[in-house]
Amino acid sequence: MLSYVVRRILMMIPTLLGVAIITFFILRVVPGDIVEVKMRGDGAIVSVEAIEAERKRLGLDQPLGTQFVNWMTGLVTFDFGNSMWTGRPVIQEIAGRFALTFQTAILATLFAVLVAVPLGTVSALWRGSWIDYTMRLVTMGGLALPTFWVGLLLLMGLLWAFNWLPPLTFTPFFSDPMKNLSQLIWPAMVVGYRFASVLARLIRSSLLEILGEDFIRTARAKGASERRVIGLHALSNALLPAITVVGLEFAFLIGGLVVTEQVFNLNGLGKLFIQAIKNNDYTMIQGMVMMFAAIYVVANLVVDLLYAAIDPRVRYR
Amino acid sequence: MTDIAAATQAPRRNRFLSSVAGFARQQPVGAVSLFIILAMLFASIFASWVAPYHPLDTDFMAILTAPSWEHLAGTDTFGRDVFSRLIHGARTALVIGITASLLGCTAGALLGAASAYFGGRIDAVIQRIVDLLLSFPLVVLALVIAAVIGRQLVFGIDMGLVLAIAIPIVPQVSRVIRASALSVRSMAYIDAARVAGYSHTRIILRHMAPNLVAPFLIMVTAYVAQAILLEASLSFLGLGVVEPTPAWGLMLSGNATDYFISAPWLIIFPGLAISIAVIAFNLFGDALRDWLDPKFTT
Repeated sequence: MLSYVVRRILMMIPTLLGVAIITFFILRVVPGDIVEVKMRGDGAIVSVEAIEAERKRLGLDQPLGTQFVNWMTGLVTFDFGNSMWTGRPVIQEIAGRFALTFQTAILATLFAVLVAVPLGTVSALWRGSWIDYTMRLVTMGGLALPTFWVGLLLLMGLLWAFNWLPPLTFTPFFSDPMKNLSQLIWPAMVVGYRFASVLARLIRSSLLEILGEDFIRTARAKGASERRVIGLHALSNALLPAITVVGLEFAFLIGGLVVTEQVFNLNGLGKLFIQAIKNNDYTMIQGMVMMFAAIYVVANLVVDLLYAAIDPRVRYR
Repeated sequence: MTDIAAATQAPRRNRFLSSVAGFARQQPVGAVSLFIILAMLFASIFASWVAPYHPLDTDFMAILTAPSWEHLAGTDTFGRDVFSRLIHGARTALVIGITASLLGCTAGALLGAASAYFGGRIDAVIQRIVDLLLSFPLVVLALVIAAVIGRQLVFGIDMGLVLAIAIPIVPQVSRVIRASALSVRSMAYIDAARVAGYSHTRIILRHMAPNLVAPFLIMVTAYVAQAILLEASLSFLGLGVVEPTPAWGLMLSGNATDYFISAPWLIIFPGLAISIAVIAFNLFGDALRDWLDPKFTT
């Protein structure tokens, strides 16, 4: 077990290295250069010398190889460099916004699991009933309706019904839970709707598959109560693939909240990423992409370990 | 001579018609969604005739008017007719959605087929790269690519945007096609073709590809929906289609929130258009899958 974990952690290194190489070199192909955007962006007339000086200050005049090595040596010590736009350390900019995005992702995941598990189960058990059809219709919407539109409709509904809009400034959960939730519960529900749709469909189909297995018939034949058959034999097996989806979708949410944060005007990682993209802020984009990749890789590891811990059929290799 | 031509022509057309009829009978939902897709295609091709107004014509006497018979979906802050903009927006959505999906699926299918055909080390390397690309949310990947390529207009289409949507699709499609291609590859006729000394390119394109058409078509339809959704999201973020081109996502971006009370039609209709388009392509893709290849699952 321990050697498996160590091996898996070591396997993360080449993956992250690959991500680092790809993002670094892809970004350097960008025709627009940050110094140009920053100094001449609003039509200001700036001398070539001033631009060269700024390039030098940001280290952009060095050969690509040197730039890459400098960045990599920084990464090893968790120094992501400074933002080329604001000049503040990338890690500081990320840390200031991490709590908001992370909490929204957790709330959305909680919402999705709480809704999807009973919904998927019920609709598989009563396949073909009106409950099943309603569920399939609702989840179809979750997959097709653009999240930003659902968000806008929700805000509009709140304004119409209560003449109230969620607060715009972030309050940490532990200083004022009510105020914090009144801001974040709405975006979490909007993303959670899509998430729950994916999950409920998965649970439904995997439960339907399991219910046709021989061991379910055996369990029924030996006289186990229907409650025991469904709860113990069927559900525990059907929920296994759901763990993967929950884990990976959660990891995707950290970076994938970009659109939702824009709708609800939240100052989270998504907004930071959009700004970095719009400003050609290389170091910021690199740092954030590395972080998204690292979160995904870690989530993947956690899912695999959970799987191994829960399912005795999975062996560590 | 003409009789023979007519005789050989007639059954072919009948076969086509009867297969369409068969599809409609077996997959009524699919037929309805196909009808919606065709209607959207028609409206976007003949947008200038279908739309009652020019999408860019401003009418400062009719700013933010509510939906009426004159303006079916109301007017926006510049007095532009929202319904006409929606119809022209269908053109943007379909052109970008279909091009991006075709491009991404073709590249993904070729990559997947090549990966399965060559196997061994080549397969391993391609699959590691695919793994890397799959570890990012679709939006993040699309945003980075959009920033790298920038706006590149070709025939009035922003190819930078099309690629930003197409490239994130490639690894996903290549995974599915690779799985199908692996089973095709193990067929005896592929070995026969190799023994006959055909080139790799010829075997992949002439012997494997025809057997991968069904999953490919299914993927293309399904990914048009994804592409439309992604285009709308990017435009909403201000990094996709730019003003004044009418695009559904763009109509919802910016200060749409200011009109929650005064002009809700500005928010309701564009979102409805996106949703209908995406649902239609999703359902048609599902129906096509059940009809072409009942065993195939994505």
